Amino acid sequence: MDNVFGLYNYWVVIFLMMTGFYIVISQRNLIKKVIGLNIFQTSVFLLYITIGKVEGGTAPIVSEGFNVYTNPLPSVLILTAIVVGVATTSVALALIVRIREAYETIEEDEILAQEKLT
Amino acid sequence: MIKQNLLALQIVIPLIAAPLCILLRRRALVWGFAVLVCWLTFGISVVLLRQVLETGLVSYEMGGWAAPWGIEYRADPLSAFVLLFVSGIGAIVLSSAGLKDTALDEIPVSRQYLFFTLYLLCLTGLLGITITGDLFNVFVFLEISALSSYGLIGLGGRRQALPAAFQYLVMGTIGATFILIGIGLMYMMTGTLNMADMAERLVMADGGRTALVAFGFLTVGIGIKMALFPLHIWLPNAYAYAPSLVTAFLAATATKVSVYILLRFVFSVFGVTFAFETLGLGGVLMFLSLLGIFVASTVAIFQTNIKRMLAYSSVAQIGYMVLGISFASTTGLVAGIVHLFNHALIKGGLFMAMGCVMLRLKSVDIEDMAGIGRKMPFTMAAWAVGGLGLIGIPATAGFISKWYLIRAALEQNWWIVAVMVLISSLLAVIYVWRVIETAFFKEPSARAREAREAPLSMLLPTWVLVGATLFFGVMTSTSAGVAGRAAEVLLRVIP
Repeated sequence: MDNVFGLYNYWVVIFLMMTGFYIVISQRNLIKKVIGLNIFQTSVFLLYITIGKVEGGTAPIVSEGFNVYTNPLPSVLILTAIVVGVATTSVALALIVRIREAYETIEEDEILAQEKLT
Repeated sequence: MIKQNLLALQIVIPLIAAPLCILLRRRALVWGFAVLVCWLTFGISVVLLRQVLETGLVSYEMGGWAAPWGIEYRADPLSAFVLLFVSGIGAIVLSSAGLKDTALDEIPVSRQYLFFTLYLLCLTGLLGITITGDLFNVFVFLEISALSSYGLIGLGGRRQALPAAFQYLVMGTIGATFILIGIGLMYMMTGTLNMADMAERLVMADGGRTALVAFGFLTVGIGIKMALFPLHIWLPNAYAYAPSLVTAFLAATATKVSVYILLRFVFSVFGVTFAFETLGLGGVLMFLSLLGIFVASTVAIFQTNIKRMLAYSSVAQIGYMVLGISFASTTGLVAGIVHLFNHALIKGGLFMAMGCVMLRLKSVDIEDMAGIGRKMPFTMAAWAVGGLGLIGIPATAGFISKWYLIRAALEQNWWIVAVMVLISSLLAVIYVWRVIETAFFKEPSARAREAREAPLSMLLPTWVLVGATLFFGVMTSTSAGVAGRAAEVLLRVIP
């Protein structure tokens, strides 16, 4: 039982990771690909935050009566990674806007079909 | 004071200069400023390399926080060597963007100042990856360089550049996220992010399955980033449709820095014993690199777009570097590292020559290039010299790489591998000769008849790069000497 409930967060992480990865690979719509990419990245954020949790620890603020603190570093690292994720998404969306202008579609198959003709 | 802060300045100068480019806007002004910054960065890396060769290691504590807690910047012979050629090629390529009538004209005038901003940001990212001693910092700089290169590729004049940039973005983000997962798992095992500290703790920790998974994620992630066959599919389109200057810069530096990350992780963090004896990484890398060399070289032969052909050739050349690494011997590592440097010069020169061709022909199709050698003799002569280097003719830099590679193979009695390296060079002969024959011995095409020689501002940087391949093909003691030092340090870290 410990493997199921004790590692609950990790199961969620792996499920989300594979869901996101599958969406990126299987979907032909560019927006859906970006959404998949986001889910994939978010699962990693969750992984880092889970790593930082110390059992029985409180929030990492020094105060009397508490000796065990949760590790704050992974959360701080993941703040940076979230910013990177937002930047990636915005660059991707900007590219999609320009792809839409150039090809009048955001379906990968149709873009490829247009390239074959020209 | 400047001397103590060199490591920080190496990154900070281009990083601060990048947004300033937006303020300057005027083409001549922003170009002069960016070129100045690039050459300054190159100057710093020259001083750094000299310091490192004297003392062996230069270290800097960011913000005054001591090493395992704060972020440490450190330069050993390998990183100083990579810094040197990345900043050097960055400076040379940007210098050619000149005032008027250059490859920069491929980018619409309204977006040209953005090109300089992104270029400097990309340079910052690549240098940062190389200089940092902190694992998470590697990821951050990786994304800085990657995001700016998506933007740079998207600046390409033809619309195909956009899907190419998007595909690169998807692949690149997956690769970087894999690396992030690997770093997270390693932090989980050791509780540190400093590379040197982690290398010590990993030996004691005996990570077991977590170490295995972390290593897997990292290798695949870095494999995508450096376009190791079969993870290379983003590369040919991205290089073919990006503006010529961008292709010349990225082809010469981006994948090389990724190979550097692989070397760093495998040799400095995980250690040779774990990677090669416990996991058998050598066999996997050798198989993939040989497969990549043959498949990519063969595909290159059938390309009609010459930039695309050179891109496939890049995939094959990455194979040679990885093949050298897969031997895990001093000679093998020297072959890999020296080929990093040589190939950066060769591909930089070749893509710069393609930039000249693109400028005059508005096309890089082999049909349009027929007879171009008569109209643009200096450009195509540079191409021919670069092409010979790609094949590995003696007295060019490419020969040195192949020489070390074959010696490394024979040292371990892998004579089959040595023979395969020789045979694969013949494939390079075919695709290089195809272009030379078309350019020099065929009747000029309609476009070629109207072409004239590229301006001096483009030719000079091209010939500097191509000349360097000849120089380092003869004066081998310089490049191979530094590579030798780097290889020794890498193998000595964890005996």
